[in-house]
Amino acid sequence: MRSVRTMSAIALIGTIGLAGTACSSAADSTASSSTTQRATITVGAASSLTDVLASIAAEFTKAYPGVSVQFSFAASSAVAEQIRGGAPLDVFASAGTTSMAPLIDERLVTGAVDIATNSLQIAVPPGNPAAVAGLADLAGVKVVICQEQAPCGVATAKLFDHNSLAVTPVSYEPDVRSVLGKIEADEADAGIVYVTDVLSAGAQVVGVAIPAEANVTTTYQAAVVSASPNAAEAATFVDFLAGPEAQAALAGAGFAPAP
Amino acid sequence: MSLASQLRVTRDSFTLDLDLDVPDGEVVGLLGPNGSGKSTALRCLAGLSPLAQGRVQIGDTIVEDASRSTYLPPERRSVGYVFQDYLLFPHMSVADNVAFGLRARGVDKRTARSRAGEWLERLDIADLADRKPRQLSGGQAQRAALARALVTVPDLLLLDEPLAALDAATRASVRALMRSHLADFGGAVVLVTHDPIDAMVLADRVVVLEDGRAVQSGSPADVAQRPASNYVAQLVGVNIVRGDALEGAVSLTQGGSVHVADSRISGPVIVAIRPEAISVHRKQPEGSARNAWPGRVTSIESRGDVVRIEVASEPPLAAIVTPGAVASLGLHEGASVWLSVKATDLDAYPT
Amino acid sequence: MSSRRTTPIPVGILAAVGVAFLAIPLVGLLLRTPWSRLPELLSSPVALQALRLSLVCSLSATVIAVAIGVPVAWVLARSAVPGTTFVRALVTLPLVLPPVVGGVALLLAFGRRGLIGQFLYDWFGVQLPFSTAGVIMAEAFVAMPFLVITVEGALRSADPRFDEAAATLGASQWTVLRRVTMPLIAPALLAGTVLAWARALGEFGATITFAGNLPGVTQTMPLAVYAALDGDRDAAIALSLVLLIASLAVLLLLRDRYLRSAPS
Repeated sequence: MRSVRTMSAIALIGTIGLAGTACSSAADSTASSSTTQRATITVGAASSLTDVLASIAAEFTKAYPGVSVQFSFAASSAVAEQIRGGAPLDVFASAGTTSMAPLIDERLVTGAVDIATNSLQIAVPPGNPAAVAGLADLAGVKVVICQEQAPCGVATAKLFDHNSLAVTPVSYEPDVRSVLGKIEADEADAGIVYVTDVLSAGAQVVGVAIPAEANVTTTYQAAVVSASPNAAEAATFVDFLAGPEAQAALAGAGFAPAP
Repeated sequence: MSLASQLRVTRDSFTLDLDLDVPDGEVVGLLGPNGSGKSTALRCLAGLSPLAQGRVQIGDTIVEDASRSTYLPPERRSVGYVFQDYLLFPHMSVADNVAFGLRARGVDKRTARSRAGEWLERLDIADLADRKPRQLSGGQAQRAALARALVTVPDLLLLDEPLAALDAATRASVRALMRSHLADFGGAVVLVTHDPIDAMVLADRVVVLEDGRAVQSGSPADVAQRPASNYVAQLVGVNIVRGDALEGAVSLTQGGSVHVADSRISGPVIVAIRPEAISVHRKQPEGSARNAWPGRVTSIESRGDVVRIEVASEPPLAAIVTPGAVASLGLHEGASVWLSVKATDLDAYPT
Repeated sequence: MSSRRTTPIPVGILAAVGVAFLAIPLVGLLLRTPWSRLPELLSSPVALQALRLSLVCSLSATVIAVAIGVPVAWVLARSAVPGTTFVRALVTLPLVLPPVVGGVALLLAFGRRGLIGQFLYDWFGVQLPFSTAGVIMAEAFVAMPFLVITVEGALRSADPRFDEAAATLGASQWTVLRRVTMPLIAPALLAGTVLAWARALGEFGATITFAGNLPGVTQTMPLAVYAALDGDRDAAIALSLVLLIASLAVLLLLRDRYLRSAPS
């Protein structure tokens, strides 16, 4: 009960933010009402999907000109809270299943599908100054990881646990972006992030692979928000995410296909 | 010679050009209108404003010599400075204010406090030692400021309009007190004022400053009786007229002439006409007065138990008469009158 | 004594809106506070560590801000050095800079590969990021402008003739500064110090960017709150409450005793 009350405040702020975009799309629909019935769906998505979803949306709009897509990116847990608070979202795309599962149970979302998986990689500064070749080398160097409250932190903890590693990080960063920042600045010798993050960081960060058997996999899911007034368009988008165009884009960003 | 100085300062269109020498024990009053450079002169002596040219010697020390780039900052000059609004440190008690100069010069706390106490005693404000400056009356603050400046026994004491901030009643008593303390003080004193009474009462010598230059210097009596400038004449309430003297007759620059008793003086002169010496008549006077001018009364002003009238005559003059005379002559603004003065009452002196 | 003075109605209404705007979020925080769990939440090692660290770091940062901020204010207010306008803009920049950007800038200057940081690291093996010293630097960086602005304003409006009076009494420049100038601006100095301290205490963005987030070393209260927000929301609120009450207590105390009774 308590969290519902606080979250409604957050949702209110979200609504105000979205109201601006709603107005502009309303204007759009008047302008093009003679041709097709336009709908706008809002996708609440995990931050790690930021880049790839933008290109997928472009593909989607080509295939379905009547539907436009806008995004609200945040940590999966934050998006889940927003949905719980009644934020006007149509689709939820989550990193990991921990945020999605309770929503499914509470019937706040429906039709969840796995769209991709992501695994962890060791990120090091260019030139790899501390010569990190694998998980075993993390013990003696300055390591930054995500804090345990963040999905990447959960995955990292699992990774260390899985491999029985006792790594003492120099910092628990709030998110992936922050971990990469410390690597890019060459303050830390190594960081644990997703494969896709290393790829999107460009030349400032180099990835050191973790063998599949030692690695931890995060499954990305998408689902239709039950309260969505555009449920049909939302379902179309979720289907599209599992389709070939979207899968190609996800693969290009470093995601692996869902099992 | 406790103070020997040549002060040259130029700022915008203003130039101060003043030589000021003051022996020990002498009080020099710098008298001048606002903007004449009196305060600038004090600031230069204290080292608060640098000289463009010239030098300042206080006691045996040359504290500033522009030609040799010698400059001692204020804190290294043996100067006491009493500011117009006193500038007592608001966060310190009176005692701490007075002890400040000693403490700043390295005197230990106990000695400083006891010496400050002695000065508070001398200035009769010992009971105010623990007060803050904002709890003092103007006269009390003035004494505290004087004590603060004197406690370090400076070679040179500078007083900037020391009585200007006081009301008339306090002023008289503080002036008397100040006079006795200045008499006790052995060093040189420079007192800046625009009040002739302060200058007359407190100073041994008056230097009149106008537009950054000394226009007159002399004893207070001298300056009061023979003002060399309209400013001083007005201040001391004396009429002066200028002209050329020849064998007892002075042809005035502004037209007309007057006769003076001194027939030997010649050349450009100033003639001082004391308002008290002028007689006022309704008709042209007969008899011995050779100096008589017709004119019209422009203002009548009561000054205590006398009346000052101003007459648009040639030259324009102010006269002082009794209220009785005003009544019996039926004087009013606009009345036509004749003014006369005896030649023996006129004082002509070279400009 | 001014109880009969009336406030113009529009002013009163807007003032009420203003107060409500600032106060209601805090009320919300209070309403949501898990009072029964408070002792347990606040006595957790993480909370205690963060609290201790916050106090140590914010006080150290305040000391640094005063030690080097007052001289900056003095130079800006009193010296005739050319370019003071530029310097003033420069030192007040951290006020408008997003703290995260401030953190990035600090990294570029004092990080292991930074302008100055590389020498610290290569010569002395000192790495400021991920250290408590780094937290103190980040806090001082964002807090100092508050002090500089407050003190500079006071120095500007203080009558410099008191300094002159002190000089004629034989006080060296240092003595004047210590015994006259600074005491005269004491109320403003105190206000500036408190503002700087409050800003340092609440500092988040520059700290997490420059110094990272490690419990006991760099995780101050705001960082602990942020970390907890993603997990135990009750813990986050409890920590925020402590931050709030500590700040409020200090502000109230100082405001009543010194800030308002500043001499006119």
